[in-house]
Amino acid sequence: MAEPGSNRTPETGAFFQRDRQWHPPAFTPNYKSSVLRSPQKALLSFDNTLSELTGPVFGHAMLGELDNDLIHNFAKPGESAIGERIIVHGRVLDERGKGVPGVLLEFWQANAGGRYRHKKDGYLAPLDPNFGGCGRTITGEDGSYAFRTVRPGPYPWPNGPNDWRPAHIHFSVFGHGFAQRLITQMYFEGDPLIWRCPIVGGIRDKAAVEALIAALDMQSTIPMDALAYKFDIVLRGRRSTLFENRPEGN
Amino acid sequence: MAQSLDRLKESPSQTAGPYVHIGLTPNFCGIGGVYKNDLGSVMVNEQAKGERIELRIRVLDGTGTPLKDALVEIWQADASGLYNSPTELRGAADPNFQGWGRQPTDMETGVCVFKTIKPGRVPFRDGRLMAPHITLWIVARGINVGLHTRLYFSDEEKANAEDPILARVEHRVRVPTLIAGRQGDTYVFDVHLQGEKETVFFDS
Repeated sequence: MAEPGSNRTPETGAFFQRDRQWHPPAFTPNYKSSVLRSPQKALLSFDNTLSELTGPVFGHAMLGELDNDLIHNFAKPGESAIGERIIVHGRVLDERGKGVPGVLLEFWQANAGGRYRHKKDGYLAPLDPNFGGCGRTITGEDGSYAFRTVRPGPYPWPNGPNDWRPAHIHFSVFGHGFAQRLITQMYFEGDPLIWRCPIVGGIRDKAAVEALIAALDMQSTIPMDALAYKFDIVLRGRRSTLFENRPEGN
Repeated sequence: MAQSLDRLKESPSQTAGPYVHIGLTPNFCGIGGVYKNDLGSVMVNEQAKGERIELRIRVLDGTGTPLKDALVEIWQADASGLYNSPTELRGAADPNFQGWGRQPTDMETGVCVFKTIKPGRVPFRDGRLMAPHITLWIVARGINVGLHTRLYFSDEEKANAEDPILARVEHRVRVPTLIAGRQGDTYVFDVHLQGEKETVFFDS
């Protein structure tokens, strides 16, 4: 049901078909982990039912004060994470260019040295005692969001004998329908490792890779404090329901 | 040249990677104090209506080895078949049941457990009822685009037989890949990413 008092009539049209040529395919052998984890049979295609058109809602009330501040949300009082201080901001839009409000964004990343706070990460760069690496926020009415963090470092990973991940931040995105569910990664303008990365390389279209590269945004920096990067995220759009046939009673 | 349609392209997906827990279940991987709880870890409270069930899910790779670094999300209707969502226009869902859950697979056994309720039936686009089902979304290292499938219930034979989505599975030998077996109050469901028993994954 629509929220009480809300003037917005929820849109209920089916989502635009996902362009599987634009996304990386499941099987990208240069990224070795995909070899045994990629489905090989054809996907079953069907127009969205209510199970895909609907999705959970997350309210601003669930957010803590420091959820969108990775510099401080794991730090001891009075201390802060080490690294290049940055603001990441942008909008969540749908494929029609409309801002998507109420989107839960969760992000995670390595610290400034390229080390994750995870027992399976054994990279020799040290942990930062003041950096956890996770944060979250919910988009405003126009789909906008912002958070503060340190720029993550690049790091080597066991794939080829000398593969390095470009600096990146992972994003998990909830739209209004479960069919819009998306996880992706944000890269940084000018990073030469982007074009050498086997995970990025799974994307066939150069324009699609560029859609994941955040731009340095000098107009959004805080002088003497933090640089800024702008990263817009696009979710599947909804079809209009104006002329759709509906069975009686629906 | 015709006019521009002026549409954007969906952001391309990238793998959730091996450290997905840091972002989505930080308490599970030892990052305490940032969030009180891991989101989606508890689905049912005492007031929620419906039959309590447990799902035990594993995700297996092409060699049959369970993934120990996967993350599974589920989305389902309440006991009366209503979704707790603003786009649910048929009525108000049970306010005590959000219908969404998230669990990492265990780092030793590869099993993830959801304690939830059995969903009611939800109508298909043409008004026919779909069989009770739970939508699954699976991400992990090595999965480039999150995988979408459904869990149906072995003790709903009649409803399953008339389900319009199951009816679309061309190779009928693959239908059982979507049906969880019942053991007491527990449903057991193995998702096979590839191989002979590959689960039917969806593009919807």
